[in-house]
Amino acid sequence: MGELGSMRKAYGEALVKVGHLYPDVVALSADVSNSDFSFMFQEAFPDRFFNVGIAEQCLVDVAVGLAYSGKIPFANTFAFLFATRALEMVRTHLCYGEANVKLMAAYAGLSDSFDGPTHHSITDIAIMRSLPNMTVVVPGDPLAVDKLLPQVAEWAGPVYFRLNRNEVPCLFDEAYAPQIGKAVKLREGGDVTLIACGLMVSRSLEAADLLRGEGLAAGVLEVHTIKPLDTQSILLAARETGALVTAEEHSIIGGLGGAVAETVAEEYPVPVVRVGLPDTFAETGPYADILNRYGMSVQHIVDAAKRAVSLKYK
Amino acid sequence: MHLHSEELVRDISAKAQAFRIQVLKMVYNVQSGHIGGAFSAAEIVASLYFHHLRVDPGNPAWPDRDRLLFSKGHACAMLYTALAYRGFFPVEELMTFRQLDSRLQGHPDRLKTPGVEISAGPLGHGIAVGVGMALALKMRGTKPSSSSAPSARASPARVYVVLGDGEINAGVIWEGALVASKYRLGNLAAILDYNGIQQTGATADVLPTEPIADKWQSFGWHVQEVHGHNVAEILNALDRADEVHARPSLIIARTTKGKGVSFMEYDHRWHGMPPNKEQYERALVELQEGLPAWEN
Repeated sequence: MGELGSMRKAYGEALVKVGHLYPDVVALSADVSNSDFSFMFQEAFPDRFFNVGIAEQCLVDVAVGLAYSGKIPFANTFAFLFATRALEMVRTHLCYGEANVKLMAAYAGLSDSFDGPTHHSITDIAIMRSLPNMTVVVPGDPLAVDKLLPQVAEWAGPVYFRLNRNEVPCLFDEAYAPQIGKAVKLREGGDVTLIACGLMVSRSLEAADLLRGEGLAAGVLEVHTIKPLDTQSILLAARETGALVTAEEHSIIGGLGGAVAETVAEEYPVPVVRVGLPDTFAETGPYADILNRYGMSVQHIVDAAKRAVSLKYK
Repeated sequence: MHLHSEELVRDISAKAQAFRIQVLKMVYNVQSGHIGGAFSAAEIVASLYFHHLRVDPGNPAWPDRDRLLFSKGHACAMLYTALAYRGFFPVEELMTFRQLDSRLQGHPDRLKTPGVEISAGPLGHGIAVGVGMALALKMRGTKPSSSSAPSARASPARVYVVLGDGEINAGVIWEGALVASKYRLGNLAAILDYNGIQQTGATADVLPTEPIADKWQSFGWHVQEVHGHNVAEILNALDRADEVHARPSLIIARTTKGKGVSFMEYDHRWHGMPPNKEQYERALVELQEGLPAWEN
């Protein structure tokens, strides 16, 4: 496991790069640009940056108008605001109207830990992936943000890009070449496959190490694109290992775990044990403590893997 | 301000009345749709499509076209009628309104219907989406460098938003109004179809919005008020709105919901009710009697 790196800073830098690469890219903010680091784009391209104030529905609609006129708008605010407050705008215009707007969903999951459940975003993946025409991407580390963001700009149609607020373990090196829509096999292992996204990728790798010590070979599959889901890779993992664990910083309802369970249930049923936030709100506190308290510790993944393995022999 | 000929005013007025007849037939045919708010907007929509807007039915995606965002999307039978008669698609297609396989969805779908700029139906989107379009038109042709001047090669195109008065209950309307003002969007104008009635009653009872002109003025908009069934007044106000510099513009068009049919006017029940056979025939007669005044 590498050192820690700031997801926010990586995002700000990647957005500026994208701004240089694509003249049609514009960025919008709902007055939290120093939180989500879109201020870096504002500094580089002041004429292509619009702060609409604390008005998230308006943020999305203004982005829609820009998209319908040929721009590639990157709208920035907190994940829960896109997924809940501005959801009707997202549904009507991005999904139904196919507005080419990119939603940069900051502070996702529990990563704004101290602000508590009002600012946690625990249902956004479920909400966004249920919408026709939406693409949902969850980068796993700072380098992944850098590698995926230009693809987001080029992707034809709306994208929900889920960003962590905090410093997270740097997992990947320059050889990492993620592609939207394709899962990444990070580790081989024949007894069970850990399928993870976002921060939970690093925790799944740690869990795989612990499991090896206990005599279980756990594969790790990074599914950074929840939609369109790489069902082929997931079904291959189901066939090869016969037991799956999903790990995500999200409610266990409807997110990555839901998507994986739906896939194998219809094509190749194997046990799927979901690691995530149980059907509850969390609380205020240090980030790591909250994750550990609310079902998303490394040990939770280890336990889930053992359970999945035991279920396949029932 | 241009002086509009009597002939032009008469022609657009006749079209507006003929469009009401068309809308009545469409809604009666499918027994579904919104008559009241379509009738109140007839002169507004006809004035825009048959004189004011620079659009090209043969090239609906022309980058420098004026945009009309029909924000009160439920009243789209009127929008479709104007688009068809303006040449965006065959008039015969109008009778497929709200039917399976039709390009004319119950509420506007920008991907299905030529000339429709935004999908609408859920109310309140027009101003903020219009802000985005107006910003993009001002920026068009700018270079990627940070030193570029956004206005240097701005598009001459303008953005027009047709709003309902019930619709402006929605908070996002006012968010958009503030942003339009912040960015001094002189290329954005809204026409408020102020018919005084929304789904369950008078706007004054449901959610009072008066003094409406003061509100928009205080939000930084240039405001005019017109008689919303008087084509000459509408055309003049649209011209005046285009001349307003560096400020968005609102035209409050005082209209009558269900205009043209005595038993529909001012009655909120005709917001979304289709007529039965007897009502249809009576309405048709009344609307046709209203035609000759313009057709001579």
